[in-house]
Amino acid sequence: MTSLGEQVTTQTPPDTAAAVSLRGLRKTFGEVAAVDGVDLDLAEGEFFSMLGPSGSGKTTVLRMIAGFEEPTAGRILLGGVDVTERPPYARDVNTVFQDYALFPHMSVLQNVEYGLRVKGVDRRSRRTRALEALETVRLEGFGDRRPSQLSGGQRQRVALARALVNRPKLLLLDEPLGALDLKLRREMQLELKALQRDVGITFVFVTHDQEEALTMSDRIAVFNGGRIEQLAGPAELYEHPASAFVAGFVGTSNLLEGDVAAAVLGTPGLFTVRPEKIDMHTRDAAAGPGSCTATGVVREVVYLGSATQAVVDLDAGGSLIVLQQNRSVQDQLAHRGAQVRLTWRREHTVEIGGSA
Amino acid sequence: MTISGPTRMVLRILTIVILAIIYIPLLLVLVNSFNVNKTFAWPPRDFTLEWWRRAAESQGALDALWVSVRVGLVATVIALVLGTMIAFALQRFSFYGRDSVSLLVILPIALPGIVTGIALNNAFRTIFGFELGFGTIVIAHATFCIVTVFNNVIARLRRTGVHLEQASADLGASGFTTFRLVTFPLIRSALLAGGLLAFALSFDEIIVTTFTAGANQQTLPIWIFNNLFRPNQAPIVNVVAAALIVFSVIPVWLAQKLSGDAESLGAGR
Repeated sequence: MTSLGEQVTTQTPPDTAAAVSLRGLRKTFGEVAAVDGVDLDLAEGEFFSMLGPSGSGKTTVLRMIAGFEEPTAGRILLGGVDVTERPPYARDVNTVFQDYALFPHMSVLQNVEYGLRVKGVDRRSRRTRALEALETVRLEGFGDRRPSQLSGGQRQRVALARALVNRPKLLLLDEPLGALDLKLRREMQLELKALQRDVGITFVFVTHDQEEALTMSDRIAVFNGGRIEQLAGPAELYEHPASAFVAGFVGTSNLLEGDVAAAVLGTPGLFTVRPEKIDMHTRDAAAGPGSCTATGVVREVVYLGSATQAVVDLDAGGSLIVLQQNRSVQDQLAHRGAQVRLTWRREHTVEIGGSA
Repeated sequence: MTISGPTRMVLRILTIVILAIIYIPLLLVLVNSFNVNKTFAWPPRDFTLEWWRRAAESQGALDALWVSVRVGLVATVIALVLGTMIAFALQRFSFYGRDSVSLLVILPIALPGIVTGIALNNAFRTIFGFELGFGTIVIAHATFCIVTVFNNVIARLRRTGVHLEQASADLGASGFTTFRLVTFPLIRSALLAGGLLAFALSFDEIIVTTFTAGANQQTLPIWIFNNLFRPNQAPIVNVVAAALIVFSVIPVWLAQKLSGDAESLGAGR
């Protein structure tokens, strides 16, 4: 094993054996299938997110990888080795829990040392490594405190250090930022991403926050009803959602379907266009060549600080959400009841389920 | 919640009256153990340690005290082991009939002592053919001592949840190591509190004991009861009662303090 510091320089390209492989994974609770046939291969050193609403099965998948839940069917392979039958303590995997699960009767340092202690690492070297890990998460000097004396963000870091100190092949994170306030969460997102790049460990990150997933991940699996709805990189996921569910869950749902699509775009079907791609003009403005256009009436205006969001009821039926950057003085058009014309470039109309 | 002035006044008076009804007689026992007058004439004319001296020399009282202490300790140890095991089984595992078992475990503390006493007396003598004595008192006491341990431990287990144990397993600890390093330290104060309450319960139990003690064993409460109506013994009985009060208060006070400390421990998560 190499130390945290050394791994920075020895980041290897993905191995032939995947870091994690899930094969036909299923989990039923009574009659309900929480996870309904999941197949996945994660590359070594990847930051992988499982995104979905609560009850979509993402956490159950995570808990099966950790070994807290037994799959009803399917196999789990870590680095090519089948670990489906192994108990949690016999898997080279560590978890950062949603509530951190720090041991309240131990100091921060004892918490971080715990994994090394139960593996029989001698006192001296486990202390050194624990102090190193605390340094990695910028908590030098906090070793003697109790978890109860720390803030939420600090506890989160301790949980992270406690897992990383074991140098696992795989780190599982179960909505670890959920309990933090927005500002701290944004900070921790960037920090976590940087840390993952540095230590080169494969991260599996569970979240229901689409923005968080987009910010940090190399790849994202969108879960719905116990299945993976789409598996793609952040940009691909956002620009080319594979289903109406993904389009709605990742970003704002702006759907044109059936007759409305036929009236606006000339073809019936299911399409989406992201709010920030749409321009809003006065009704008599002319649409340029190669543009899509629709007329409508502004129903609702929400001022968001950096941008203004308007809901426009289309004359053809249905509605679209428009997001405009507040570059200059507040736009004249952005008031309720305004008659407007919306335009966007044809290539920004994405057919859902279509091949980009 | 806000309470109007007159209501507050009434509640305050009620509280004082109720506490007075409970504690003034107990205080009286303590004071009378130093009362010179043999028939506890009020107010006491003079202060004496004579009764305490005589009580300390009373072989019957001392023997009974020794029996009570031994019974309490053994019953508490049994209750600690069994109560903890039941609490774990019911809190950490789900199985058919779990709720019924839970009720059956708690029931002995609610059952009338006289019923438990008669039932155990019958069972010991006619079914098992036991000789009534020290062993049968211990078994009888353990039946209700288990409840206090069980209640304390299960409440603690419920509050700590399984996440800490899962975190321990996740970090590579086997089941036994997890118990030793995580679970046991977290339930330790609950065990102590439950054990102290169990001991206090056993120490002043009289009804069930009457039916299970037999002729040769006397616990302290039974000794008091037997000597209550002998005028000569009255001052000594009073001293023993005073000692019993002190003996009972200490474990309960400690147990409550321990539970309080645990609250602040639990809040740290």
